[in-house]
Amino acid sequence: MPDTTTLPAATLPPISLRRTVTNAMATGCAVGAVVLVLAPLGAIFGYLVYKGIGSINWAFLTETPKPVGEAGGGMANAIAGTGLILLIASIAGVPIGIGAGIYLAEYGRNRFGDLVRFTADVLNGVPSIVIGIVAYAIVVLTQKHFSALAGGVALAIMMIPTITRATEEMLLLVPNMVREAAYGLGVSRWRTTLSITLRTATSGVITGVMLAFARVAGETAPLLFTAFGNQFWNWRLNQPTAALSLQIFNYAISPFDEWHRQAWAGALILIVLIVGAVSAVRIAASRGTLKGAN
Amino acid sequence: MGVGIQVEKLNAWFGKTQALRDINITMAANHCTAVIGPSGCGKSTFVRCLNRMHETIPEAHATGRVRIGDLDVYNGTSATSIRRRIGMVFQKPNPFPTMSIYDNVAAGLKLNGFRDRKQLDEIVERSLKLSALWEEVKDTLKKKSGASLSGGQQQRLCIARALAVQPEVLLMDEPCSALDPISTGKIEELIFQLKEHFTIVIVTHNMQQASRVAEFTGFFLLGELIEFDKTEKIFTTPSDKRTEDYITGRFG
Repeated sequence: MPDTTTLPAATLPPISLRRTVTNAMATGCAVGAVVLVLAPLGAIFGYLVYKGIGSINWAFLTETPKPVGEAGGGMANAIAGTGLILLIASIAGVPIGIGAGIYLAEYGRNRFGDLVRFTADVLNGVPSIVIGIVAYAIVVLTQKHFSALAGGVALAIMMIPTITRATEEMLLLVPNMVREAAYGLGVSRWRTTLSITLRTATSGVITGVMLAFARVAGETAPLLFTAFGNQFWNWRLNQPTAALSLQIFNYAISPFDEWHRQAWAGALILIVLIVGAVSAVRIAASRGTLKGAN
Repeated sequence: MGVGIQVEKLNAWFGKTQALRDINITMAANHCTAVIGPSGCGKSTFVRCLNRMHETIPEAHATGRVRIGDLDVYNGTSATSIRRRIGMVFQKPNPFPTMSIYDNVAAGLKLNGFRDRKQLDEIVERSLKLSALWEEVKDTLKKKSGASLSGGQQQRLCIARALAVQPEVLLMDEPCSALDPISTGKIEELIFQLKEHFTIVIVTHNMQQASRVAEFTGFFLLGELIEFDKTEKIFTTPSDKRTEDYITGRFG
C-alpha cells in the first residue's frame, strides 16, 4: 500500500462560471435543435388539422368524388387506391430491397458489390418524376393502359435503394462473432444469413423499410402518368387508379373552394394513414421481443 | 463418447502470411489438451483449423491432414457436416441476441432441420444441466433472451449450445478470458466433468488454467508446435529451452 498521506491533496479548482455558462449554452443549443426539427412537423400537422378536419365526415371516407358543382362526395376510392398502389410497391420493392441489402452485406465485398452500391446511391438521387417516366415507358406503354400496377412499380423502384442500403448497414452492425457461433454449430452460410444475421438485425431492417414506405406513400410525381387517377372505384391492377396524392394535387390546383377544402382533408388523411401504418408495423414487430434482448 | 484427434503436417495461411507450420500432434480421446503460447503464435488458428472455421475468414486457407475419430476433416466431407460433430466455444460469449435461452440451446438442432419438440425439450434440459446452468435459468427458458444473462452465464449457455448437437469433440478458444474468477472456476469444473463425454481442446493464456484442467499441453511459438507432452512434464521439466523460458515468464 503506498502511503497516501504523503500525496498532495488533489485540489480541483471550483467549477468556473465560464464552464457553467458553456454547459448551459451547449444544452440550450441541443434543445433548440430538437425544437427546430419538431416545429415544422408540428406546424404542418396542426395546420392540416385546422384546415382539413372540417371536411372530414362519413361521406368523405366512403364516397367517390362528385362532379364539379355538386356538393359532398369523398375520397374513398383514392384512399383505397393509395392502399392498393402501396401494397403493390411493397410486395415488389421490399423483397428486392432486402435481398440486395443481404447480398451487399454478406457477399458484396467485391467489384460487383461496389457497382450495386453505387447504383443504389444514384437511384436514390434520381428525381421521382424521372422514375415515373421510366415506369410509364416499361409498364404503361407495354400494357397500353395507365394502371395501379404501373404506379406500384414506380414507387417500388423508389423504395428499393433506400431499403437496400438500410438493410446492408443493419446487417453489417451484427457482430461477426454471432455469425461464427452459427458456423461453429454446422449451420450453412445461407441459413446463418437468413435465420441468424437477418433475424438479429430485424428491427433495424424494419426501420429502413418503413422509412422507404413513408417516403413514397405521399409521392405524386411518379403517379401522374402511371396510376393516372380515377374518379371511380377501381380494384383492377391494369386500370387507372385514384391515389390520395393525385387527388390532393388535382383538387389543390382547381379553382373551386369546395375542392380546396377536400384537398386539405385528403392531406390530413394521408398523413394519419402513414403515421398509422408505420406505428402499426412497429408495434407488431416489437411484440415478439424477449426480455433483455438487444 | 469422445474420439481421438490426429493432425499431420497442418499448415495454415492468412493470405500470404503463414500462421501454422507443419503441425503434427495426436490428442487422446476423452482427455483435455491445452494449447498455450504467447499472443499471435497460432493457437487460435490451430483449433480453428480442426473444425475448418479457419477458412470462413476471407483469404485464409489450410492444408494437411486432420483426422477426428473416423472423420477425415480436409477430405471429402463438407465443412458444415464436420462442424456439426465438433462443438466450439469462443473467446467472448456469443449467444444469439434475439433468441430465448431455450432457442439458443436448440439453435444448432433447429437450424439443421431437427423438429421433434419433445426430444428438443429433453436435449435442451440435458445440455443446460451438463453446462451447470439449468438451475439458474429453468424458470425463464423461453421468456428471457440469451443476451440478458451475465457474462459467465452466457458462456455456459454457449457451452450448452455446443453440447446440444452432441459433438464428439469440444474446442474451446480461450473460453474464460472474458470472465471473472468465479465464473472461470465454474467453467473449469465443467471441463472436468465434460471430459467423460467429450474430447476437449482448450486454448488458454492462463498457464495455471492449463495445469488445472488439461492432461496434455502443447506449446506453440511463431506458428510452430515447440513441445507437446503431459501437462506435468511441460510445467516441471520441459525439454525445450523455449518452453522453459515461456512458462517461467522470461518472455511472452
